[in-house]
Amino acid sequence: MDTRTADELQAPPSKTSWMEFIKAHFRDYGMLLSLLAIMLFFQVVTNGTLLRPLNLTNLVLQNSYIVIMALGMLLVIVAGHIDLSVGSIVGFVGGLAAMMMVRWGFDPVTTTVACLIVGGLIGAAQGYWVAYFKVPSFIVTLAGMLVFKGLTLALLGGMSVGPFPVAFQRLSSGFIPDIFGGQGFNYTALFLGAASVAAMIYFSVRTRANQLKHAVETAPFGLFLFKNGLLAILVIAFCTLMATYRGLPNVLVIMAVLVALYAFVTNRTTIGRRIYALGGNEKAAKLSGIKTERLTFLTFVNMGVLAGLAGLIFAARLNTATPKAGLGFELDVIAAVFIGGASATGGVGKVTGAVIGAFVMGVMNNGMSILGIGIDYQQVIKGLVLLAAVSLDVYNRKK
Amino acid sequence: MNAILEMRGITKSFPGVKALDNVNITVKAGEIHALVGENGAGKSTLMKVLSGVYPYGSYSGEIRYEGRERRFSGISDSEALGIIIIHQELALVPLLSIAENIFLGNEPATYGVIDWSLAFAKTKELLKVVGLDESPETLVTNLGVGKQQLVEIAKALSKKVKLLILDEPTASLNERDSDALLRLLLQFKAQGISSILISHKLNEISKVADAITVLRDGSTVETLDCRAETISEDRIIRGMVGRTMEDRYPKREPKIGETIFQVENWCAYHPLHSNIQVVKNVGLKIHRGEIVGIAGLMGAGRTEFAMSLFGRSYGQNISGRVTLHGKPIDVSTVEKAVANGIAYATEDRKTYGLILADDIRKNVTIANLEGVSTNLVIDDIRELSVANDYRAKMRIRSSSVFQEAVNLSGGNQQKVVLSKWLFSDPEILILDEPTRGIDVGAKYEIYTIINRLADAGKGVLMISSEMPELLGMCDRIYVMNEGSLVAEFASTEASQEKIMHAIVKTGRR
Repeated sequence: MDTRTADELQAPPSKTSWMEFIKAHFRDYGMLLSLLAIMLFFQVVTNGTLLRPLNLTNLVLQNSYIVIMALGMLLVIVAGHIDLSVGSIVGFVGGLAAMMMVRWGFDPVTTTVACLIVGGLIGAAQGYWVAYFKVPSFIVTLAGMLVFKGLTLALLGGMSVGPFPVAFQRLSSGFIPDIFGGQGFNYTALFLGAASVAAMIYFSVRTRANQLKHAVETAPFGLFLFKNGLLAILVIAFCTLMATYRGLPNVLVIMAVLVALYAFVTNRTTIGRRIYALGGNEKAAKLSGIKTERLTFLTFVNMGVLAGLAGLIFAARLNTATPKAGLGFELDVIAAVFIGGASATGGVGKVTGAVIGAFVMGVMNNGMSILGIGIDYQQVIKGLVLLAAVSLDVYNRKK
Repeated sequence: MNAILEMRGITKSFPGVKALDNVNITVKAGEIHALVGENGAGKSTLMKVLSGVYPYGSYSGEIRYEGRERRFSGISDSEALGIIIIHQELALVPLLSIAENIFLGNEPATYGVIDWSLAFAKTKELLKVVGLDESPETLVTNLGVGKQQLVEIAKALSKKVKLLILDEPTASLNERDSDALLRLLLQFKAQGISSILISHKLNEISKVADAITVLRDGSTVETLDCRAETISEDRIIRGMVGRTMEDRYPKREPKIGETIFQVENWCAYHPLHSNIQVVKNVGLKIHRGEIVGIAGLMGAGRTEFAMSLFGRSYGQNISGRVTLHGKPIDVSTVEKAVANGIAYATEDRKTYGLILADDIRKNVTIANLEGVSTNLVIDDIRELSVANDYRAKMRIRSSSVFQEAVNLSGGNQQKVVLSKWLFSDPEILILDEPTRGIDVGAKYEIYTIINRLADAGKGVLMISSEMPELLGMCDRIYVMNEGSLVAEFASTEASQEKIMHAIVKTGRR
């Protein structure tokens, strides 16, 4: 019989040193560090072009729809599924928006709402087969990919449709106006950056206080300061750079709000926790009273809505809907989620990881384009980076 | 008569457990040798040693077969010498034909090209020998279990079998199929093929066996010779269960109150075959503060009963009535069953109980997230204190509640599963094999927890294949066999012999 008392069993963990903590949490920090390393690399080899305000704005605009879809894809992959149809949904919804506004004369607001609903319905149609009929998601969404690619062509009659009303274009090309009226410097951008830094610091201090209160293993105080300080400096520096150009793009704000929302949903809400449980062990989740079918269905509905939103943003950015829009996006999105550390078997993955993964892909796309590397070798390099990132992750997990 | 097989001093250990301890068995050429023992006595482990699943070097002791010492490094070695094992869970590929299954891995082929006409012709011959009237092209999935068993035997014959090992071959067969199978064994015996028959059905054993070896707790108890004199079932049962009861169970003064939980006429059918009734008119009740056991052999339908009761997690066409405190309750989904105060801790922790990649904290709260959240938002602090609380109370040995479940020992994993269900605050806790694969020390702790629950006024329904555990823990014991409850004993009057009798007697009907 074990004679140790509960107190002995509960002895608070010994103080961890920096190195030990970093080693233990390598997967959490490793991603961010690799992104910074990649950015630094391209900043140097492009002679500073990468981080110029104009290019930085482009980088955000080019990646916004990938990031937004990665949020939905993360939930789908965490739930143990995959969605191959998102690229086609982007094309279809973009085409639908174009037809509604340009040909049928709807206003941008009605169009936006209708397109998001259509995206949700497409997700629901696919999720239904996956969740309730147990058809593998790979098959269902492969079918969806073909169907909506075809429907996009049919809808647009094989032609490009545009241009859009100015109000709609602002979705992608607009910037948050400066309410402080700065000349050549957008104070609103700086203000929003500072506000988000303050919020971020507030929440991490609160979390740390809770952790300390309950004798949970915490990051060493120095590392905590370093991490938060670094993030604060990065955000402020980024916003300052943007402020010297035209301020924060509308899309960036939409994206940031969505990222924060999904980070919250996955970390702190019951529905988020249940999606992880579902992907981690569907049988155990079911026997714990979780409605696994409905949850699977909802993750696909959510993916559809986000793909619809991405379709609108992409169409607004090009100011025209083309039958080829969205082609191959699903690959970038799925790659972003896996580079971000999600597990192909489900149950593991983080919103922050997926976002970082999306930016790794984005920075590489952007950096290599500046360097003039052809689209041929860009794909080769991106493919190898995906393989390397995931192999490293698998290797780390085995240890 | 010469011995075809001698296993001497076989000892096999797994981390923390000695599964076989100095086991001896001698099988004479051309005899049917029965191997009996309780669940967990080491029968299957012994057969895995013999067939090379556990290769030479992973066990100690000596295997002599056909007069020479053998050192098998895998199943293919033992099969090459004519030792063929047919497992309880049949190893057939359902969507391949009978002929394809029989010659799987052993196809009559030249340079990789299969001679199908030869395979079909041979299959026809083999099927005639085993008395199976089916076309070689029939898919295995379209055959009943009895016929599948015959296909397995035909497959064994195709490999020039000399020693045929059958692990519980009649467990899922009806009487007619069982008799046919036993006749087949006698027929093989006449042809000089030896067999080892593992079975719980003692009446069948007395019908065909020439010798019986009894295993208990990983050791050979005795070998009985049936040729000299008839061995009674009572004699065999005594050998199987005759262990002394040690002080392995914590003391408890039961305070039993009114009936709180009752199940009436509970029926469930097999999830795929709607004509097979797996649970037959089960009715039972549990009183406040009572620990009730369900005894039975593997495959008796106990887990199926519990899972069909818990939110229809098993089977189809489920019917019956469940009442709690005299009021009928809805248990048609897991969510409703949990909400109505029922919890079920599964026998298979890793597949059905835990989310292995998640930490202790998340596993503890997953069945009752409402208990740690406000308006769908999880309250970190409350969740953490709940998890820490259970970690201390249940003595879950871990570095912190952030340790992943996959890195815990079996006993600690079980404590996490129990914590999860205790946190859902049930009235009735159904425990399915709560101590399977757990070492003795941790078992004692689990027993203590179960006693504490009963003392707190809950009702506990405990399913276990270890009879001493049921006798040591329960206030009342039901015996289940072939889907029905066949006997009920108060713990004061129950004994392993009586339970075994109840099972064996009803198995004969």
